[in-house]
Amino acid sequence: MEPIIIEGTPKTPTVKFDSTEGVFEIKGRSIPENSVEFYKPLVDWLDTYKESPLTKTVVNIRLEYFNTSSSKCILDVFKKLEAIHKAKNEVEVNWYYEEDDEDMLEAGEDYESIIRVPFKMIEIVE
Amino acid sequence: MSFNIENYFSEQSAGNTILYYKGNVDSDVINHVLDTVEDKMVEVNEQSKLRKKVYNVLVESLQNLYHHVDRVPEGFEDQTSERFGLLVVKKVSDGYRIITGNFVHSENIEKLEEKIKRINRSSHEEIKELYKFILNHQRISAKGGGGLGLVDIARKTGNKLEYSFKKYDNYYSFFYLDILVNEEK
Repeated sequence: MEPIIIEGTPKTPTVKFDSTEGVFEIKGRSIPENSVEFYKPLVDWLDTYKESPLTKTVVNIRLEYFNTSSSKCILDVFKKLEAIHKAKNEVEVNWYYEEDDEDMLEAGEDYESIIRVPFKMIEIVE
Repeated sequence: MSFNIENYFSEQSAGNTILYYKGNVDSDVINHVLDTVEDKMVEVNEQSKLRKKVYNVLVESLQNLYHHVDRVPEGFEDQTSERFGLLVVKKVSDGYRIITGNFVHSENIEKLEEKIKRINRSSHEEIKELYKFILNHQRISAKGGGGLGLVDIARKTGNKLEYSFKKYDNYYSFFYLDILVNEEK
């Protein structure tokens, strides 16, 4: 499977999905007007990956900002991970937030309460 | 027509305007506004917690305009803007005020006002639950909005959404949304 490597821009995050590594990453800002256009390829990629995933998949989400339209797309990403987890594979989400950013922590907790995948909330201390 | 969309601002209490924009709200305008306001907040050493809230609210307000504004009425001074909107960012004593304005067709007023009223009568906990419910149950609309913008603004600021509809003609009103983003009390 071809990896997805996307360089970040001021409005879209850096993405690294590599099926040989098992550590996926979404990092930076996610505030595009059209988030579906950005996230659809990622969701499609995970759909293929879930057919033969690694025994352990770790996903690092390290966002500085995300808009509400991205929030739905991020949920779609997590739903794919949930399906992988449900099929008895190990999946772990590391949700990073900066130490004073309670909003970002709460956003992670929202997902944690919706999605049945183990989440770890990790505070970034500067 | 005696109605002037800018009158609203002269009626508002004092504050130091750091950005004023009137015209088409496209992707480039949004980028430019976000950069400008972010730079200004860094310049004055605004604490990062407030800076992030202001930035988030600004993103949602601008994208609400981008996704939801109605066409301008016939005869309005600006006929070229596909998405006409107005934005003012003001520095006030303990934070920032973000004020947006846009035309709303009469038939869309009731739905919008009902949504705002529902948010304004909800407690912080209820707003959190509402956010999660919409996140989990509503699909992204044909216009590209997630239906979460106003809920997110109310959740992040912890303040009520101040708003008014000023009648423009028989078919249109001008909608002002006035959001206070301040330091935690």
